[in-house]
Amino acid sequence: MELGDDPAVAREGDLPAIVARGLVKRFDDVVAVDGLDLRVPRGMVYCLLGPNGAGKTTAVRMLATLTAPDAGTVLIEGVDVRDDGARVRRLIGLTGQLASVDDAMSGEENLVLIARLLGLRGDRARQRARRLLAAFELADDAGRLVKTYSGGMRRRLDLAASLVVTPRVLFLDEPTTGLDPVGRLRVWAVVRALTRRGTTVLLTTQQLEEADALAHRIAVLDRGRVVAEGTPAQLKASVGSGAVRVRVADADTRDAAAELLAAATGGEVTLGDDPLALSVRPAGEREAARALAALTDGGVELTEFSIGRPTLDEVFLALTGRDETTAEAVAA
Amino acid sequence: MKTPTSSPVAPTHVADIVDDGTAPNPAGAVAASAAFAWRGLLKIRHVPEQLVDATIGPVLLLVSFTYLFGGAIDGSPGAYLQFVLPGVLVMAVLLTTPYAGIALAADRGRGVIDRFRSLPVWTGAPLVGGVAGDAVRSTLAATTVVAVGLVLGFDADGGVAGLLAGVALVVIFAFAVSWILTACALALRSESAVQGTGMTGVFLLVFLSNVFVDPATLPAALETVVGLNPISHLTTAVRGLLSGTSEAGDVVLVLVEAAAITALFAPLTWRGYRAS
Ligand SMILES: Nc1ncnc2c1ncn2[C@@H]1O[C@H](COP(=O)(O)OP(=O)(O)OP(=O)(O)O)[C@@H](O)[C@H]1O
Ligand SMILES: [Mg+2]
Repeated sequence: MELGDDPAVAREGDLPAIVARGLVKRFDDVVAVDGLDLRVPRGMVYCLLGPNGAGKTTAVRMLATLTAPDAGTVLIEGVDVRDDGARVRRLIGLTGQLASVDDAMSGEENLVLIARLLGLRGDRARQRARRLLAAFELADDAGRLVKTYSGGMRRRLDLAASLVVTPRVLFLDEPTTGLDPVGRLRVWAVVRALTRRGTTVLLTTQQLEEADALAHRIAVLDRGRVVAEGTPAQLKASVGSGAVRVRVADADTRDAAAELLAAATGGEVTLGDDPLALSVRPAGEREAARALAALTDGGVELTEFSIGRPTLDEVFLALTGRDETTAEAVAA
Repeated sequence: MKTPTSSPVAPTHVADIVDDGTAPNPAGAVAASAAFAWRGLLKIRHVPEQLVDATIGPVLLLVSFTYLFGGAIDGSPGAYLQFVLPGVLVMAVLLTTPYAGIALAADRGRGVIDRFRSLPVWTGAPLVGGVAGDAVRSTLAATTVVAVGLVLGFDADGGVAGLLAGVALVVIFAFAVSWILTACALALRSESAVQGTGMTGVFLLVFLSNVFVDPATLPAALETVVGLNPISHLTTAVRGLLSGTSEAGDVVLVLVEAAAITALFAPLTWRGYRAS
């Protein structure tokens, strides 16, 4: 889907941080990535959004030099991954989907090892490790074996490990999976801080909310292909207006409410699994306002209502045409 | 939810997340391998049992073989010590060879290998470093056996030079054997499988060698097997070095075998590692 030009892209018009052309990766009979094209301008947070098995991890591994593509090219800051993997690895950082820290070492030792490998010597390595541990609130646990860390602590350490030397391009594969809400906000803050310093971040997620909150641009992946690409706003606009959602006070009044909504908007009314919930997708904002008025005029008591732009959930459904991700049944 | 206005990370900390902008040059192949060897040895600190394996284990082996079986096999503990010490040296050192392989299997089970492979350092550094860490352990085990043997009354007729050469030969051979186990680690995919294979393999090879018995006393078929076993060649060469009766041919044979094992299994490990 073609979705117009983003001003941010035009402004950063020079060398993009990441370019992928026609990437393909097969595993036996599965085509994990099937002709992927990406262009990520510098300094951007770019999000690969897709369900389980969409090919996000495989794509990131190819971009980060870990897996050789079966076809296609990858340029990181203009350097071809195939020609000069070593130079690309000097530019990138990666936090994979599996926490890639060593359980049998302490948090500090994990970071010191990486600092030494990246060329920081002696005390400088230890200082950098300590700073990062403090920044990720692991200072008190620095000397403990990672084996004894909680999942969230391990995830934070893993993220710190990819920032020992600030990378030009950072790949994060589902960085917030398994984190609590505060942990998630922390990761978001880190991502924003990095982009302010000029790092380009490509992250994958299954959470539409995360892509919406963080990404400048989103590519929606399904079965190894990009099915849509654009800013969060463009993607939402491409699906049309958002739904009016209401919850009635009394389940017995729901059918009456549905009739009122259908009459007021001419749209299809959706009844939720929740016996109190229903929603409708009006043609525009005026119709949406009219729909709410119809309910109150009709004497239906509501406990909640909202008028939203479409959520990325709805975008995703509309783009992939698959509805197993939603619990809502469409009423006639 | 849209962009949160207040960040849960304190501003000072966000500044710490980025570095000072002076990106250093990544470690070269040697420095990177040394960093990985350091990592391997750190584990001795965290899992002190490994140190026990490398020191107390061999001591127990030596003392029990000398005093429990010595009288029965050779008539007197002293005479048997003279025979068995080089063999115990070989066995103790071989038992330290699986650590690099075990660590490799563990790294691969989690995403640790991915992290290392995404760093701008020589791809072989984790492998060479890990095996080098094993060599430090082997040296420790060998030194322990020799020291305890001398205390128990071992006559080192080969002198200090013979002792050093014997220890060096065993450590070189163990270095080669470590590569077999790293290759296995990449094929077997689990730590416990590597540990099991390593230990079973070492015990099998040791018992089918001249470590504990004189092959001349064995049935002919078994004697042939024992004669072909590289562990027997190693033990013979070490006996010669320690007792000052060494023949150059024995030592050269062991070095050739160690080189052959390394030439076969280091590239296999390398290939498995690149493909993983
Ligand atoms: N090493 C592999 N061997 C065989 N098949 C693989 C391998 N890696 C991935 N696949 C297959 O490729 C497809 C894409 O997998 P991938 O891990 O890239 O998806 P993903 O989008 O990251 O999913 P998730 O959200 O679950 O992490 C899946 O069908 C998966 O089974
Ligand atoms: Mg994945």
